[in-house]
Amino acid sequence: MIAELGHYALILGFCFAVLLSVIPLIGAWIGDRVWMRLSRPLAGAQFILVLGAFCALGANFLMDDFSVRYVAGNSNSLLPWYYKLSAVWGGHEGSLLLWALILTGWTAAVAKFSKSLPLDMVARVLGVMGLVNIGFMLFILVTSNPFLRYLPSSPQDGADLNPLLQDFGLIVHPPMLYMGYVGFSVAFAFAVAALLGGRLDAAWARWSRPWTTVAWSFQTIGIALGSWWAYYELGWGGWWFWDPVENASLMPWLAGTALMHSLAVTEKRGVFKSWTVLLAIFTFSLSLLGTFLVRSGILTSVHAFASDPERGRFVLGLLAVTIGGSLLLYALRAPVVKSRIGFSERSREIFLLLNNILLVVATLTVLGGTLFPLIAEFAGYEVSVGAPYFNLMFGFLAPILVLIMGVGIYSHWKDTPAGTLLKKIPPLAVVSLPIALIVPWLMGAFEWMVVVGMFISIWLIAATLLDVWTKSASRNGRWKGWLKTSRSFKGMVLGHLGLAVTIIGASLVSHYTVEKDVRMEPGSVSEVAGYQFKFVSVGHKQGPNYVGDRAEIQILDTDGDLVSTLHPEKRRYVVTGNVMTEAGIDPGLLRDLYVSLGEPVGEQAWAVRVQYKPFVRWLWLGAILMAWGGILAVADRRYRVLRKAKVRDQKEVSATVDSVTGAAVGGAE
Amino acid sequence: MNPKRKQRLLAVTFIVVGVGAAVGLALFALSQNINLFFNPSQIAAGEAPVDQRIRVGGMVVEGSVNRDPNSLAVTFNLTDYNGVVTVAYTGILPDLFREGQGVVTQGRLDTQGIFQADEVLAKHDENYMPPEIQRAVDKAKQAEATN
Repeated sequence: MIAELGHYALILGFCFAVLLSVIPLIGAWIGDRVWMRLSRPLAGAQFILVLGAFCALGANFLMDDFSVRYVAGNSNSLLPWYYKLSAVWGGHEGSLLLWALILTGWTAAVAKFSKSLPLDMVARVLGVMGLVNIGFMLFILVTSNPFLRYLPSSPQDGADLNPLLQDFGLIVHPPMLYMGYVGFSVAFAFAVAALLGGRLDAAWARWSRPWTTVAWSFQTIGIALGSWWAYYELGWGGWWFWDPVENASLMPWLAGTALMHSLAVTEKRGVFKSWTVLLAIFTFSLSLLGTFLVRSGILTSVHAFASDPERGRFVLGLLAVTIGGSLLLYALRAPVVKSRIGFSERSREIFLLLNNILLVVATLTVLGGTLFPLIAEFAGYEVSVGAPYFNLMFGFLAPILVLIMGVGIYSHWKDTPAGTLLKKIPPLAVVSLPIALIVPWLMGAFEWMVVVGMFISIWLIAATLLDVWTKSASRNGRWKGWLKTSRSFKGMVLGHLGLAVTIIGASLVSHYTVEKDVRMEPGSVSEVAGYQFKFVSVGHKQGPNYVGDRAEIQILDTDGDLVSTLHPEKRRYVVTGNVMTEAGIDPGLLRDLYVSLGEPVGEQAWAVRVQYKPFVRWLWLGAILMAWGGILAVADRRYRVLRKAKVRDQKEVSATVDSVTGAAVGGAE
Repeated sequence: MNPKRKQRLLAVTFIVVGVGAAVGLALFALSQNINLFFNPSQIAAGEAPVDQRIRVGGMVVEGSVNRDPNSLAVTFNLTDYNGVVTVAYTGILPDLFREGQGVVTQGRLDTQGIFQADEVLAKHDENYMPPEIQRAVDKAKQAEATN
């Protein structure tokens, strides 16, 4: 009964999505205010209905209703309740429903927080989001309905959730990532609405900026969670595999980063208008492409669900309509008027343009590497593109990007006084070079890529801190001065520092990880990176829905003191028969010690992988800083002030430039 | 040339050179890092290059997994029911590596015709099989049926 109610709510939600995309758009076309005003309640109703459908599915899981196919396929009565709940998005159908829920959620949020926007803009934005909603709900209803039942006979118990997904990281990773993916639809909707309205001024950039930044922050966290999860749960200590689906999430993130920066230029200076619109379309298209790659199962990936060509075709169609439609609109409506606003080659505009070019090139690099095997397959070759390709490309692009970033922080809008930028280079180099050379020496091995990685990270940190030092000068001391800088400036600082921290982590853990596969039995000792790993014992363990072997491994440092005791496990999940490796990890800011059980290789003897992973936590710490920076930037005063104030003349382009030094500078990010 | 045009020309040149360099590097990197796929019968027939990074996929022959009791070295045979290749690997095999299952291995073929693998990929869970392995298994099954 509940499943049927959920199905019914979803169908109703779909009908509301149709209404939402028709009525307000026509209203905006003919100028009917009543029709336009309907957009907000329609968006709200649509959200509530999809929320209802989602809750219905959740209830089915909690009540162990195994007559519902999706529940039977992804749950089991032995599963703890929180995994039953997260199993809602553990499979294809449910994760699409989560996607639809978040999409309608974003739509409702736009409806709620758009009081200061002109009515026709709101109507168009919500209408466009309604169109996207139609696509996804139709996809669910036609190809992937989670409410289908096994009738008349239903299984006694479910097939269980994939044990890889029975984990905290997987409870939060998909919702966060989807918040990001789907959040870019808001920037897309704003761009398309601006094109539809033929009003491609700075205003649309101002409105869509906070939305883009929030979506970007969520996606940053989502990607980091995925990486962290892979690190501890897959059992082998890898944190990034250049897997097609990881790439699928990285591409919109890179494009979204570019979009965030170009929106700043468009808002502040009124230039790059067409480019920004194109970038908004591009970013969301990459989100859709990501969905296509995951859902169609055409690529080899950890994330691929069982393939179903029908689903692949549907998403491909959706992708074609979205990209084709929006590009056609772009071709018809993009402004032909050239902007007359000039800027010099030393201006902040140029630096942000370079940022955009580099980020887009990086995106295309990932796109090329991800799609190449597909293209080759059409030509009759079976190939795969290895991680070295991506590592080489990023080892080349990232340093250029970061070096330019470091200098670009000091640029001004329009023009920077000649010589000031060049003057910044020597001090930055003086700080970065020694550290870049000392770190490999401290770590015990010279690696060129570590020198490069450390150099650019310290370069960026030094540039950012120096900038903070200058900006925080005030009569009441530096601390007060720092507190007085705008939140968007603080956001920029955190974002840039976060990137540097992540690069430090990536450089060090990639080159100084020590990994040893050893045969161990009770009593044997193995030394890795100055730590003694002592295999104490191995015993049986009985979990709620698995049985396993659990080893005890003591780690001693050079003085013979106990550092930690780890308990890696090998589990066998009873229902599915899946075998899982649960690693034992001793985390630390400067290093992780990582132990995982391979397979038994004799009486009491096990193949054990022992790893020393320096600075691995910095990868995710950096991501947290970046996301926090994004949230801070959105919490900036001017957005709250703007919301209260009447909408100012939308043609006024550089309204807030230089009004508050901090705000203007911070606004660049 | 007026300054504005000059500036524009400079910018365009810069972008073209930059993007050109990136594309060039990408193509180079791609050409170095593409791993071609072979099946055991192709290797048995001597079609695969020696000492070049390739992938080999097939079914693990029942009873062929041989573990060295004192180290983590292991050898096993892969077949597509037309040919057999011996794979040598040192390290920990994936959780779902079993005899009679499809796997894909990555590594180099040595001069003795033994495939020295540095990576072994098995399917991810009981229900899902990566397309690559699925294809290898399908081909193998087809070959078995026709024989």
